[in-house]
Amino acid sequence: MSSQTSVAEHSSSGKTSDKVFKGIAYGAGILILVALAAVTLFLLMRALPMVTGNQKQNEETIVSFTGGQATNFLQYVGPLVFGTVLVSALALLLAFPVAVGIALFISHYAPKKISTPLSYVVDLLAAIPSVVYGLWGGLVLVPHITGFWTWVAKYLGWIPLFKGPVANPSRTVATVAVVLAVMILPIITSVSRDIFVQAPRLQQEAALAMGATKWEMIKLAVIPFGRSGVVSASMLGLGRALGETMAVLMILSPGLGYSFNILQASKNQTIAANIAAQFPEANELGVSTLIATGLVLFLITFLVNFFARKITEKATV
Amino acid sequence: MRKNVLIRSVAAISGLVMMASLAACGDNTSSTAEGTSSSSAAVQISGEFAGAGASSQQSAVEAWQAGFEAKQPDAKISYDPSGSGAGVTTFLTGSTVWAGSDAALTSDQVTQSKSVCASGTAFDVPVYISPIAIVYNLKSAGLNGSSKHVNLDGETIAKIFDGKITKWNDDAIKTQNPDIDLPDLAITVVHRSDKSGTTKNFLSYVKDTAGSAWPYDVEETWPNQVGQGAKGTSGVISTVTQAEGTIGYADASQVGTLGSAAVKVGTKYVAYSADAAAKVVDASPKDDTATQANRVVIKLDHNTTEDGAYPVVLVSYDIACPAYKDTKNAEFAKQWLTYVVSEEGQKTAAETAGSAPMSASLRTEVMKSINAISTK
Repeated sequence: MSSQTSVAEHSSSGKTSDKVFKGIAYGAGILILVALAAVTLFLLMRALPMVTGNQKQNEETIVSFTGGQATNFLQYVGPLVFGTVLVSALALLLAFPVAVGIALFISHYAPKKISTPLSYVVDLLAAIPSVVYGLWGGLVLVPHITGFWTWVAKYLGWIPLFKGPVANPSRTVATVAVVLAVMILPIITSVSRDIFVQAPRLQQEAALAMGATKWEMIKLAVIPFGRSGVVSASMLGLGRALGETMAVLMILSPGLGYSFNILQASKNQTIAANIAAQFPEANELGVSTLIATGLVLFLITFLVNFFARKITEKATV
Repeated sequence: MRKNVLIRSVAAISGLVMMASLAACGDNTSSTAEGTSSSSAAVQISGEFAGAGASSQQSAVEAWQAGFEAKQPDAKISYDPSGSGAGVTTFLTGSTVWAGSDAALTSDQVTQSKSVCASGTAFDVPVYISPIAIVYNLKSAGLNGSSKHVNLDGETIAKIFDGKITKWNDDAIKTQNPDIDLPDLAITVVHRSDKSGTTKNFLSYVKDTAGSAWPYDVEETWPNQVGQGAKGTSGVISTVTQAEGTIGYADASQVGTLGSAAVKVGTKYVAYSADAAAKVVDASPKDDTATQANRVVIKLDHNTTEDGAYPVVLVSYDIACPAYKDTKNAEFAKQWLTYVVSEEGQKTAAETAGSAPMSASLRTEVMKSINAISTK
């Protein structure tokens, strides 16, 4: 407000307000860099004792975390990274086709009367806190999905991924992936929808005019235009899945291993859920161990974003 | 040397707050203390007193708080159920008056406590005895509820929790339960996924009674990949409730409608009860390695043959100093612990948290240590 009044007073045309606004914009831009640097620095500093400190003490800490299943940091963080990536990738795999389908339905198929409320509902899904998803997954989905997984294991059990025996209750990677898929669905959907809506009308009409069916038109004019947006939307979703804590914590029965048997319990654990689970009882060195795993998670999300950038850059050129 | 900065700063702040509040109340308390000292036996205390530690004690502590504050309305007590390890660590920084812990102090910790106690070393006394129930869900077989129990001996329990026995109608279970029709159902083991004193106490029972059938060390963390892990007592209970054929271990007060196993003691099988849990504590010797002054540490005799004793028990301790730098804290610690172990305190905990009230003989012993707290 003060800048506005000063503009009115100074006849020398908005120079001050221009400066003020420039300052604010610069400040905001720098602030985000400072925040990122501070987080990185914090992670590095607090994780340092794990690398440089007394290795015997470190070993004891990790043994106490894992009940003797891992003795050094790599053995500890390896399965966690595997679990994190596995759960997130499965969630993305489940969510991606559905999300793109919903986005196309809203942008190209649904009549206006349906598409507007539907986009509201999808956006609303994104607003549900993850702890609610966790509660729903843990208390409602887990007991009810066991039958379905048993069916899957019975008929698709020859695929290593679906090998039984199915855990009962089904607090497994598969169930977590389903819940995470629901969680990341709205993110991918709303970003993709916004892109699809912007697909050039002229090209679409040209395609139709040349006798393309609706599906061919979408394939020719909409999807190529939206590809980079859809990829970055998926990466946003993947980022959320990678870092998701509460839902995983409340559903998954954790274990330290490299296993693709997603219907069995106690095979995998994710980094974020592991930190949340172990932090309350961790001692000084334990906290530094957990923060070191947090640093690894930070690197993974960073890499995911980095490659997503690369892909979108290539796609837009 | 990088001390946990978070804990430290919290400790520093809470310390300041405490000092400030104590200073603020300083004047009027001395006058009220003089005024009331003639009418009531206990010295009136006021101020804020913080404790931290074992989450197993939490509901008992809440009941004790209410009971204690009814007698000492000016004393404001807070308890942070941050876990046994964290509680002891916080206590050793001097920012809490007492700590609750599922494990007795190590001798290192006793030595360390010299720096926080005004004189002498910290001591631990048992205040909370809670039976750990081996819970299962065999609803369709009609074995849930408190009227029927599946009988299990230590070795069978070890084999079940190590994944060696995988069916409920396994011969090992059948022979111990001739009167029960056990279902042909897969066993799903449910254990704690977080560090827990309950796990440690349960495993120490299994290790002592099963011998070589349990090949792992006794830790607060679950040692194998069998079955499913769940966070917290509530997590274990809800997981066991969700599916049939599950078996887990949990604080006995949380059993609810689930079934619970009777464990073999001598030649009989004993189901959990408060009395049976108190019995095993009385029948157990004291830990002869805890020789420092005032310490009362119980070495649970899991192989006891005492009639009617239930040996799967968690004994939780309170840790305090024999002398405090602030006499107000000393007065509080003395009164608080006296109340906690009193017949009334133990009864309150039994009613709200389902713990086992300690016996009169143990109380006498514990009171000796509590009376050693110097309030001068």
